[in-house]
Amino acid sequence: MDLELMINSFPKLISAAVITLKLLSVSLIIGLFIGLFFATLRLNKNIFINKFAYGYSYVFRGTPLLVQIFIIYFGLGQIEYLRSTVLWVILKEPYWCAIIAFALNTGAYTSEILRSAFQTIKPGLIEAGKSLGISNKVIFYKIQIPIAIRQSLPAYGNEIILMMKGTSLASTVTIMDLTGVAKYIISTTFKPIEVFIVAGGIYLFMTFIIHNMIKFLEKRYNFNN
Amino acid sequence: MELLAFGDTGWGDELFYATLMTIAVSITAMLIGFLFALIFTPLKLSQNKFLNFISNSYTTIIRGVPELLVIYLFFFGGTGAVMFVASIFGYNEYIEINAFITGAFAIGIISGAYSTEVFRGAIQSIDKGQFEAANVLGLNKFGKFFKIILPQTLRLAIPNLSNVWQITLKDTSLISVTGLVEIMRQSYIAAGSTRDPLFFYSFAAVLYLLLTFVSMKLINRLEVKYSKGY
Repeated sequence: MDLELMINSFPKLISAAVITLKLLSVSLIIGLFIGLFFATLRLNKNIFINKFAYGYSYVFRGTPLLVQIFIIYFGLGQIEYLRSTVLWVILKEPYWCAIIAFALNTGAYTSEILRSAFQTIKPGLIEAGKSLGISNKVIFYKIQIPIAIRQSLPAYGNEIILMMKGTSLASTVTIMDLTGVAKYIISTTFKPIEVFIVAGGIYLFMTFIIHNMIKFLEKRYNFNN
Repeated sequence: MELLAFGDTGWGDELFYATLMTIAVSITAMLIGFLFALIFTPLKLSQNKFLNFISNSYTTIIRGVPELLVIYLFFFGGTGAVMFVASIFGYNEYIEINAFITGAFAIGIISGAYSTEVFRGAIQSIDKGQFEAANVLGLNKFGKFFKIILPQTLRLAIPNLSNVWQITLKDTSLISVTGLVEIMRQSYIAAGSTRDPLFFYSFAAVLYLLLTFVSMKLINRLEVKYSKGY
């Protein structure tokens, strides 16, 4: 055990963990909107819209995240037309490519979580809203969405933790996140176990915090008792 | 399309073998995972606090740390560990372990953590009366486990195990960082030499979709088979 290496690498890994958290939070926020959008499409009665939303979530859940990042980072740059548009400012940055891939991926999972949450809302609640003369729009925003969010909290908490682990793939497109820095230190010092303990410990700590935050929210929004 | 031709001109045969490699690694990893689950599930269910602690640490650490980090640990640490053991026996040459074994082992440990949780949940949801009935019938420990508990556990576990299989299958793409030529690595090589990454990575995505689709169909059949009588 090389304790000195562990202590020396700790500050480097902590500052890399900040990048991991940034990647995570930005992609979760974008992914939540994507998920909400596709969940409402899934509830649409039009079969084409419905199938389209289902296809989106099927493709993104059925392929590895690594493939998705590589398609966006290496693949899209190949299209000549894209290089001449404004989009290229975003797509040439590995940071944004990773975020786009993460957001689309978590969006697919989130849409499934929200869809099942919407479907478990008791029809009586919506009928009650209607009988009070509330418009459909207000019913959706004031009744359905809050209940769906509460219903999906446990599953969404798992998704946040899975996504946090997913951000480690950003290191494959040259981003120095927690895993990227850990790999760099391992390959220069050849001390994998020490670095794994420190980096893994930081990841576990973040998992622990997220887990407890979700638990707190669940308690807070538990309207059953 | 000529990019996918079989033979020397295209990448069809290479990608075909890479797909077989992905399947082989996934199955090996899944089986290694079952072995780990076989060890850690009883520890989880035991009354002993210390054994519980060991098993809980295993599942918590593996499920809370990114897969890529675990793979790096095995990739960089595996050779060192094997050489250390070999040096005890007086062998001091450089040993390189096969990328397949390292990869399958790393993914297997991850898959095992998920399988352990699945089996624990399945066994715990079996009615207590079943255990008691087995005792009343005078079955010994093995008979009780193999004839009564295991068949029921499998039925309850199959839907969740199919999720574990999907996760394992997708995780094998990460072994490409160690140089094992599976779908992802082969696409990387092909994309590099033809300068057509969009095509090859999209094709890789299609291959993965195909694998998940086919395996889901097969697992559904298994599910029907084990649910007979319910």
